[in-house]
Amino acid sequence: MRGGYVFSEVLTGLRRNITMTIAMILTTAISLGLLGGGILVARMTSHAQQLYGDKVQVDVYLTPEVSANDPDCRDVCLTLKDSMQNNPDIASVEYHSQEDAYNEYKERFAGQKEMLDIVRKEALSAFLRVRLKDPAKISIISEQYSGKPGVRSVSDQRELLNRVFSVLNGVRNATLAIALVQAIAALLLISNMVQIAAFTRRTETSIMRLVGASRWRTQLPFVIEAVVAGVIGAVLAVGGLIAAKVWFVDKSLSSVMATGVLPPITANDMLIVAPILIGSGIVLAAVSAYLTLRAYVRT
Amino acid sequence: MIHLSHVSKSYKTSTRPALDDVSVEVDKGEFAFLIGPSGSGKSTFLRLLLREDAPEKGEISVAGSDLTKIRRSKVPGHRRRLGCVFQDFRLLTNKTVSQNVGFALEVLGRPRAVIKRVVPEVLELVGLEGKSNRLPHELSGGEQQRVAIARAFVNRPLLLLADEPTGNLDPDTSADIMLLLERINRTGTTVLMATHDNAIVDSMRRRVIELQLGKLVRDEDRGVYGVGR
Ligand SMILES: Nc1ncnc2c1ncn2[C@@H]1O[C@H](COP(=O)(O)OP(=O)(O)OP(=O)(O)O)[C@@H](O)[C@H]1O
Ligand SMILES: [Mg+2]
Repeated sequence: MRGGYVFSEVLTGLRRNITMTIAMILTTAISLGLLGGGILVARMTSHAQQLYGDKVQVDVYLTPEVSANDPDCRDVCLTLKDSMQNNPDIASVEYHSQEDAYNEYKERFAGQKEMLDIVRKEALSAFLRVRLKDPAKISIISEQYSGKPGVRSVSDQRELLNRVFSVLNGVRNATLAIALVQAIAALLLISNMVQIAAFTRRTETSIMRLVGASRWRTQLPFVIEAVVAGVIGAVLAVGGLIAAKVWFVDKSLSSVMATGVLPPITANDMLIVAPILIGSGIVLAAVSAYLTLRAYVRT
Repeated sequence: MIHLSHVSKSYKTSTRPALDDVSVEVDKGEFAFLIGPSGSGKSTFLRLLLREDAPEKGEISVAGSDLTKIRRSKVPGHRRRLGCVFQDFRLLTNKTVSQNVGFALEVLGRPRAVIKRVVPEVLELVGLEGKSNRLPHELSGGEQQRVAIARAFVNRPLLLLADEPTGNLDPDTSADIMLLLERINRTGTTVLMATHDNAIVDSMRRRVIELQLGKLVRDEDRGVYGVGR
């Protein structure tokens, strides 16, 4: 079997059925584009989690009595601090006394006399600033320490973070779900294209078989046709994602990304996604073409 | 070369068997006609030899392959050792004359250089030199049948099967095709040809195997078409 002959059959095959080929390429492109979008959002989420991970801290405020009577963290405060240091989920604990809290307050509102006037040092609480190993577990601090002796309250950044993550996860899941539906459509279209190709060329195929061509030899062009269309679809998908990044994400979201709220999509992300999409395109096309030929095409 | 013993074949949709307990031997190098009225089972006979179908009963062996036991994957290999020609030519319509002929070598895995050398030789043998780049629809019926014969002969088969190869051709063209088949037979290739054409059978005076309603009714060396009727 010689590659050149098979390849020329593939080209005529794709041209002969051009509208179907285009439909298949576009559906594959949309499906893979969405898959790529889903992967990019997933990567963004995990980047974001890392990004926030460094910043996520929970402040455990101590009661006024402890704040006032235990300024050097020797007694009730020390018990709390020790238990936190032994907690496997907690990366670090830092004690901020009433004095420190007041100094921080003064720094933050430097130049705003009214703000400085209304607060006395005694009104502020000392607190333990906790950093977590895994920011996703942020809720365990308030669960475990809220009622403990000496604790007045636990600051809660959970709400905001959870909202950001759930939006990102929702976007990712929706994208992947649409990608899946599109992938099924692409699969059916590939299968249909292969069936039509095999049907329109059934006389040709039966002649080839009479001359002694193997089943492989007569069917390989159909599989390659599907794979070529799949690869073109994947390349379009990658092109579409790059265009979407340059014209949409980078432009309209640049201010959000600059503030560090969302991490940018990098060229590196694209380099990882492109081969995944091309590989998926090849596998999707080859597998559905092969199964179709096994299931529907005799000769 | 061809060996059938007690072969029967029925199609699911018909009541009487297309072949009924047929036993025949054809030796290496023979030229034999397979005759009989329409529906007598000639094409079915050839289809069994090509392993397009399998018989219900009996044993068939062709060119050393036992077709009773042959595995599906070995069928292409079996066909590569035969050549076949049909009334409707069965050329690949989107390939040129030389590509059609070359295809039989391509499936054998012959190198491109060999194909390039051998195909023109065979086209010359069948009288088609200068037409190698035409497509089948640019040829006359007789010329198309020559292409089919060239394709059947290019891999020097042991056995050439022809199912009414002159059925669509005028008498003069038919005579040319018969000359070609005779020449091929003289190279040592066994030829088995199904036909209704009494003029051809009578003029050639070769072995005649006659079927009627699926039964073998006559097997005669140097026979004619209409004897005994
Ligand atoms: N695919 C098929 N399905 C059902 N019956 C068939 C099929 N092919 C042939 N037959 C039947 O088998 C019998 C033999 O057919 P066959 O084609 O072998 O005859 P033939 O001698 O070649 O006739 P002709 O000279 O008209 O070509 C006929 O009765 C025909 O109707
Ligand atoms: Mg017939």
